[in-house]
Amino acid sequence: MLFKVIFHILCFNFIFFFATASAKNKQVIDIVYLTQEKSPPHFLSNFDIFVKNKGIFGAELAISDNNTTGKFTNQQFNLKKLIVPEDGAADDVFAKQIAGKYRYLVTVLPAEPLLKIADLPAAQQMLILDAGTTDDELRNGQCRSNVLHLLPTRTMRTDALAQYMMKKRWTKWFLVSGKAPEDLLFAEAIKRSAKRFNMDIVTEKPWEHTYDARRTVQSDVAVFSQVDDYDVLVVADEQGEFGEYLDYRTWLPRPVMGTQGLIATSWHRTHEQWGAIQLQNRFKEKAGRWMEEEDYAAYLAIRAIGEAATRTQTSELNPVKTYLLSDKFALQGYKGNPLSFRSWDGQLRQPVLLAAPQSLVTVAPIEGFLHPKSELDTLGFDQPESKCQWNH
Amino acid sequence: MKKMLLSGLLLTMSATVTAETVFVTLEKDNALAIVDPVGGKLLKTVPVGQRPRGIAISPDNKVLYVATSDENTIKIIDSETLKELGRLPSGDDPETFALNPAGDKLYVSNEDDSMVTVIDIAKKQAIKQIKVGVEPEGITVSPDNRWLVSASETTNMVHWIDTKNHEISENTLVDPRPRAATFTADSQQLWVTSEMAGTLMVLDVNTKQIIKTIKFEATGVTSDKIQPVGIAIDKERRRGYVALGPANRVAVVNAQTFEVEKMLLVGSRVWNLAFSPDQKRLYTTNGVSNDLSIIDLENMAVTKSVGVGTYPWGVAVKP
Repeated sequence: MLFKVIFHILCFNFIFFFATASAKNKQVIDIVYLTQEKSPPHFLSNFDIFVKNKGIFGAELAISDNNTTGKFTNQQFNLKKLIVPEDGAADDVFAKQIAGKYRYLVTVLPAEPLLKIADLPAAQQMLILDAGTTDDELRNGQCRSNVLHLLPTRTMRTDALAQYMMKKRWTKWFLVSGKAPEDLLFAEAIKRSAKRFNMDIVTEKPWEHTYDARRTVQSDVAVFSQVDDYDVLVVADEQGEFGEYLDYRTWLPRPVMGTQGLIATSWHRTHEQWGAIQLQNRFKEKAGRWMEEEDYAAYLAIRAIGEAATRTQTSELNPVKTYLLSDKFALQGYKGNPLSFRSWDGQLRQPVLLAAPQSLVTVAPIEGFLHPKSELDTLGFDQPESKCQWNH
Repeated sequence: MKKMLLSGLLLTMSATVTAETVFVTLEKDNALAIVDPVGGKLLKTVPVGQRPRGIAISPDNKVLYVATSDENTIKIIDSETLKELGRLPSGDDPETFALNPAGDKLYVSNEDDSMVTVIDIAKKQAIKQIKVGVEPEGITVSPDNRWLVSASETTNMVHWIDTKNHEISENTLVDPRPRAATFTADSQQLWVTSEMAGTLMVLDVNTKQIIKTIKFEATGVTSDKIQPVGIAIDKERRRGYVALGPANRVAVVNAQTFEVEKMLLVGSRVWNLAFSPDQKRLYTTNGVSNDLSIIDLENMAVTKSVGVGTYPWGVAVKP
């Protein structure tokens, strides 16, 4: 008898549940993804295959994760992908295909086209999630109130390296920098971190040798690196023009870190702790390759929108943005700590991985580097030093 | 049938009046550690299969179920002889699972496929797969056998699955990265931990709503490090215990007022919890310090730490 009653209640509940679900209209959240084609750089090692479509598979995986949740919350997430040809203009594509049609834009673009788009009138009614830049300037003097940043900046990375170097007491650095503008920015970040953590840059030298380094590097590096004694060689070579050829060829037996050797990164194929192995597996199954940093950033960008839309039960820009920048927002990033946005510059707070090509060495912030609010804020520009003023 | 079970239970109880046996899965040693908790000694370690994680004991205490994740199976092991009796088709990479009160069905979280697999133990067959949220982890059955609950870590939900038809009937959105879920003995409340928010949520089973959220804090530990995982609630619902992961503490929660009464310092990255049969002791697996902590619940003090092996994960107790 009792069983029968329970069963009836159950049936009723069931019908009721489905009735409400179908009566309500599905909430639709449209997200557009914008990137530009790149040709392979000239000086890449012969062994690494050039990955053409960094970011897209991360975005697709996040949309499918969002929709699994959306199935239960009656929300649907759609992704429109736009790829600008190498000779095209991203802001033109934005004006023609995005302006006025979308609220959420995820970009894997360099700083210049990103800023151009962010300053367009139509972009003022949008939220742009930048999954492509590491420039500190975009989070300082050139910050925009309609842009959030997913990748760790150069200073977050060099602070992570410096914390580890401090723990190892490798305090004397030999800084070798390339000549590209990006290399100079990375070298600047290195110098800032050295000062911040009381490291000593004993020698600084620009790399001036031939760029087809494979041929002559054997003799070049040995001669080039005959400098005053140091603990570690720090290299700034973002394009990978010569950095790979320093290790094992220096005059003194010293480790290499920076853009090659021990690197600081938001994601790495050797990372499998904190459930990361699940994300690595799901990604590899989808993309047939390892997850790159841009994929991870695009994944987080779209998961962040999903998480905020689910929690606020809306697709509207303002409540979603307010939620993203609030203390309540906590995103699972498979790196132990919950991720959140810095309210003063829109940068995603996150642990930074320190990785060698075949092994994960450690994760920063390194234990012992304390902060009154969040230890994640020991990496990069903290609130008191920030030059970002969002009201402009 | 019931009578038989009962007499069987009495027999085993009288045969081993001295103390219970604690079984711990060792994720990196591919082994099972057998501990005498009263003597505070590791009795022996036996090989069990590749990457053992989740563990449970049958209601009659005769068999252990051990998920050997890298072998994609759940092994049935005789709890006396420790010999393998058979294998269950768990689906890929089984980690956590739950037994129903009758002990004839087993529910497995398949993290990579976003599925819950229902296994008929007698037939050794998977009888259904239920599509749930992304990365299901915590899984539990209510003591009255009414609800199966699965928590998805990335979807941030608990799914209420009807045990009669194995369909999802309701979903509750919870704090980020829910890990463990446990019902109170009266099946009236569901307790769920959130690893990312550092909280314990208490849900009312009738309304499926969160009635209380407890945010854990510990002096000298930043909030990032407080990552609640395993839960154990005593039968009288006086106190619940929550393992706080890398905070290396077990929180003692008053299950009536929901006040945090005490923080007990245990080993590194405390993960799963189990009571002694008389509920006078609590055992914790500490993944990084490779030991089992024994907590005396009458004095609310950690009395012993027993080294068990590399990466202790799950724990089960046999009276």
